[in-house]
Amino acid sequence: MNGLLAAPIIIPFVVAAVALLGRRRLHFQSASAILGAAVHLAVGGMLLYRVHHHGIAVLNVGGWPAPFGIALVADHLSALMVLITGVVYGSVAVYSRAEITADCLQRGYYPLLHILVGGISGAFLTGDLFNLYVWFEVMLMASFALLVLGRTRAQLDGGVKYVVINLISTLLFLAGLGLVYAMTGTLNMAHLHLKLQTVSDPGQVAAVSVLFLTAFGIKAGLFPLFFWLPASYHTPPVAVSAIFSGLLTKVGVYALIRTFTLLFPFGDSGVRDLVLGAAALTMIIGVLGAAAHSEIRRILSFHIISQVGYMVLGLGLLTPLALTGAVFYLLHHIVVKVNLFLISGLIRQWGGSFELARLGGLFRTRGLGALLFFIPAFSLAGIPPLSGFWAKLILIRASLDAGHFVLAGVAAVVGLLTVYSMSKIWNEAFWKPKAAADRQEAGGESRVSAWMLAPVGVLAALTVLIGLAPETLYQMARLASEELLDPSAYVYSVLGSVR
Amino acid sequence: METVLALLSGAMLAASLFLMLGRHLVRFIFGLVLASNAVNLLIFAAGRPGTARPPLIPDGSRLPVAAVANSLPQALILTAIVIGFALLVFIFILFFVTYQKLGTVNTEAMTDAESVTAGPGPRERAEP
Repeated sequence: MNGLLAAPIIIPFVVAAVALLGRRRLHFQSASAILGAAVHLAVGGMLLYRVHHHGIAVLNVGGWPAPFGIALVADHLSALMVLITGVVYGSVAVYSRAEITADCLQRGYYPLLHILVGGISGAFLTGDLFNLYVWFEVMLMASFALLVLGRTRAQLDGGVKYVVINLISTLLFLAGLGLVYAMTGTLNMAHLHLKLQTVSDPGQVAAVSVLFLTAFGIKAGLFPLFFWLPASYHTPPVAVSAIFSGLLTKVGVYALIRTFTLLFPFGDSGVRDLVLGAAALTMIIGVLGAAAHSEIRRILSFHIISQVGYMVLGLGLLTPLALTGAVFYLLHHIVVKVNLFLISGLIRQWGGSFELARLGGLFRTRGLGALLFFIPAFSLAGIPPLSGFWAKLILIRASLDAGHFVLAGVAAVVGLLTVYSMSKIWNEAFWKPKAAADRQEAGGESRVSAWMLAPVGVLAALTVLIGLAPETLYQMARLASEELLDPSAYVYSVLGSVR
Repeated sequence: METVLALLSGAMLAASLFLMLGRHLVRFIFGLVLASNAVNLLIFAAGRPGTARPPLIPDGSRLPVAAVANSLPQALILTAIVIGFALLVFIFILFFVTYQKLGTVNTEAMTDAESVTAGPGPRERAEP
């Protein structure tokens, strides 16, 4: 039964192998991708059901007992992340069918996409620090190749910056991991939770924890480590941008949450102030960067950064409510952000450009499209009753409860500035009349493939659903945060009686 | 032994930082090679080198009879080397293709993705 834990990792790799076997048959590839993603999604749902009803699940891979072998562990947070990965995987697999050019498909788009998802699922499920490094590498390799698959100048330029900074982040992670091993002699995360508390010099532990903060901060796009993100995320095909925006930075946020609750609980070392400060600056700088841009995908890229600030704010506050808010925000944000990127592809199909100046008049011609954009955009900004409102409400409430009035103010103001950028896209792309000079070239196609519309519609419906009935997700997030704040259940599930 | 390894690792890391900050893609590759080896040395030092006895368990026994070398860091390093090599090959090819397309290896001159006017979008969708 615990084999279920390995399934979200194995399925994408099997589908990748199948896709490689059918290299020349592109329809076969896209059909197998959609089928594989559906199975991945179903398995994610089963995993969450199991964790919810039977507690934390552990699989000792190869039968080696926990601190020696590699353990896969699924608590509420991991299971929720795997499930949402399945949602994104499915949406992107369907969307890719219409969006990705035959050229990219022949260069191996689908196998890379599957490997990326396999790496992401592995990172969410592993209970071993070195194994986490390996999954990060699997994920990075696939993402490097996906990013530069089209080989345009912008892609190569963005790709170089993305690859370089991510390699440095990986090295920092590896160095931190080596130092943790030197201090404790173990790499199992549950075992580390116990062992790191017994290290004689807490200053050493705090110093090493900053290495992890920097490494995962680069992946998550924390201030001041985010510059690679807006330099690269707008260059690949929309489907690739979407899966990157939804999942890659969130793996960084997940790793931050995991390490700073399980391995390095904030003591009085000052690391917590660092995290809170970085979170506030990330929110502000991200949203200001977005205000300065006029290309839809670059605006959205900067908003990823600003939103990561909210999640890290929840981690930094580390009260039960704040952590619940962080997990809620994480899940809501993935749905909304992937959807916005997918819609940017639709806008380009309709209006012929990503540039706001060259767009216009879509509200008149694309009423449904306007609605589909409106839902995620204003959910991102936190307009009630959409999902983002609840996420922001929980976090601002948690900041006020913890007495951090400045942080609560920052979170509220950044929400307002998000409204500004979203209304900018709304005004320019949908509301204003299209310039007469551009009307001749007409750019856009009259019909958009149903393969592209369907995932956008489903994700928008999911956003509305979370907004109207936030209770289910809230309870899940609350359970996840309880497990994070009191890791004894996690440690017991992994190690049993080994102490 | 550990002191020597620590100093060596630190010196390599310092040199690699110098190379990586050189605004030149080829220098960056050399810096990256140095840095990843410095980190590997650090993991090696983490395993407390010094015991010469190989970690072998004699026949009929379930535990090693005397203190043996810790083999786990070497397994970790081996994994890191393999992954690092794959990344290195990828980065070589990426930088080479970038040089062919952009005609420069100076990172200051690489501004295609962040130009003020929009870069070229993804390729036009091939109509079925």
